[in-house]
Amino acid sequence: MSTLVLLLVTGLGLGGLYFLVASGLSLIYGLMGVLNFAHGSFLTLGAFVGVGVARLVGTDTWAGLGLALVVGAATGAAAAALTELGLIRPLYERHIEQVLVTVGLSLATVALFEGIWGPDAQYLTGPPWLESTTTLAGARIPNVAFVTFVAGALVLAGIVLFLKHTRYGLIIRAGVENRAMVTALGIDVRRAFTLVFAVGGAAAGLGGVLASQYFGYVSPHLGGNLLIFAFIVTVIGGLGSLTGAAVASVVVAVLQQLTNYYLGYGDLVVVLLLAVVLLVRPSGLLGRKA
Amino acid sequence: MSGQSMSGPVLQVKNLSARIAGQQVVEDVTFDVPAVGVTAVLGRNGVGKTSTLRAVLGLIERKGEVLLGGERVDGDRTDKIVRRGVGYVPEDREVFAGLTVAENLRLAERAGPNGTSPERRALVAELFPDLVQRAEQRAGTLSGGQQQMVSLARALLNDNILLLVDEPTKGLAPRIVGEVAEALAHAATTVPILLVEQNLQVIERLADTVVVIDAGRVVHTGQAADLLGDPDRIQRLLGVHAGEESL
Repeated sequence: MSTLVLLLVTGLGLGGLYFLVASGLSLIYGLMGVLNFAHGSFLTLGAFVGVGVARLVGTDTWAGLGLALVVGAATGAAAAALTELGLIRPLYERHIEQVLVTVGLSLATVALFEGIWGPDAQYLTGPPWLESTTTLAGARIPNVAFVTFVAGALVLAGIVLFLKHTRYGLIIRAGVENRAMVTALGIDVRRAFTLVFAVGGAAAGLGGVLASQYFGYVSPHLGGNLLIFAFIVTVIGGLGSLTGAAVASVVVAVLQQLTNYYLGYGDLVVVLLLAVVLLVRPSGLLGRKA
Repeated sequence: MSGQSMSGPVLQVKNLSARIAGQQVVEDVTFDVPAVGVTAVLGRNGVGKTSTLRAVLGLIERKGEVLLGGERVDGDRTDKIVRRGVGYVPEDREVFAGLTVAENLRLAERAGPNGTSPERRALVAELFPDLVQRAEQRAGTLSGGQQQMVSLARALLNDNILLLVDEPTKGLAPRIVGEVAEALAHAATTVPILLVEQNLQVIERLADTVVVIDAGRVVHTGQAADLLGDPDRIQRLLGVHAGEESL
């Protein structure tokens, strides 16, 4: 029983991380039709810069972690906004080229990160409470799992509130349905594009710092590794559906944890789940039918 | 018909061509829209009427000149053209189904000289009282007629200098057609309208001038009354008899 609780709660924590990456992917695809393969780079950059700044005050302090989260999110947002302005916008309405640019950027940035920070993982120690466990129903749960799950839930709530209660949120929701009609109402939808990239980049940057705490290291491949599962989550949840991404994040992560422990084939099962969803329900769990 | 006197054109379209997916859909189209009244764009199905409106707005790839109030706008993005004071009521309504009626209308509100004012909001509420009652209802759950009201209301919320209205009565019940025509007639007293419409009765009621398009080209321009009073010409240009209700 305690093992099951441990697997479920750590699955929720991992789901929180997946969602932090998948939320941006989902928003960007929903509004712009762009599959952003460079999204993992925003995560990695946010993690390196955030953790780098935290080292100035100590990564094992709450102040250091707080600083890392703020700086990581800001770095991810800035990198994403610059990517949209500099690389995506000039290729407006040319989706294949946009996707190819993001693929190229992801490959180039990994090489760049290796050049700057070295190819090997850099291990770090977080605040003592994050490094320890809390006993729940007999299971000793790593506290960092609670934090990543709560962070994912807070980001979901924040994005939902933003989408529901702000003018730009309204534009984004409308743009996901019919981008051309938003333009035909006199709205410069390109600003919404940049904003969506920035919001997604901030969530990824935040996810990068939390992932470095969850896994205990930061490396040039951190973002790429998480991006694969975030893509799977985004497709299973339904491309463009934020709620679908949230549900799929939890489902995929919990399933991965359970099957990894009991069968040892967690990653394979997740890919099989993806295949089943694509065959049975190609639009995903909560996606709109084509 | 609004029957107002003419002044300089609000919209001039010169040698406009447009393509969709590489295929020519509008070819060398030239016409003016007077600053008052309703100008109807007529033609058989698939001749390029909707594409002409979309090309004017820059929603599809185009070449040629488009002048709004005497200024070239064919180099501008769609949103910039609209902010100059163009209201667009698209074919098939294109309301945002997942948004509420109130959100659809709020999205259409613009700031600036051609934008939304309390008077405009009051006018929309007066013309479409049903929408006020259904403000919190998702637009996707409305009937076709109600969705058309939302689409018209979005255009009428702003102090536009021109409305582009594309087949507003398409697929609507006769009673709703009358309501839509009434709303357009009211709108036409304050703003010129470029109207694509298939219903000859609606055209007869609303249109002052007509532009007839065939195979992507303008084949006739003139006073609506002259065309509608000439059954032979209607038959030749539009392929219908004058007594028929629709093109």
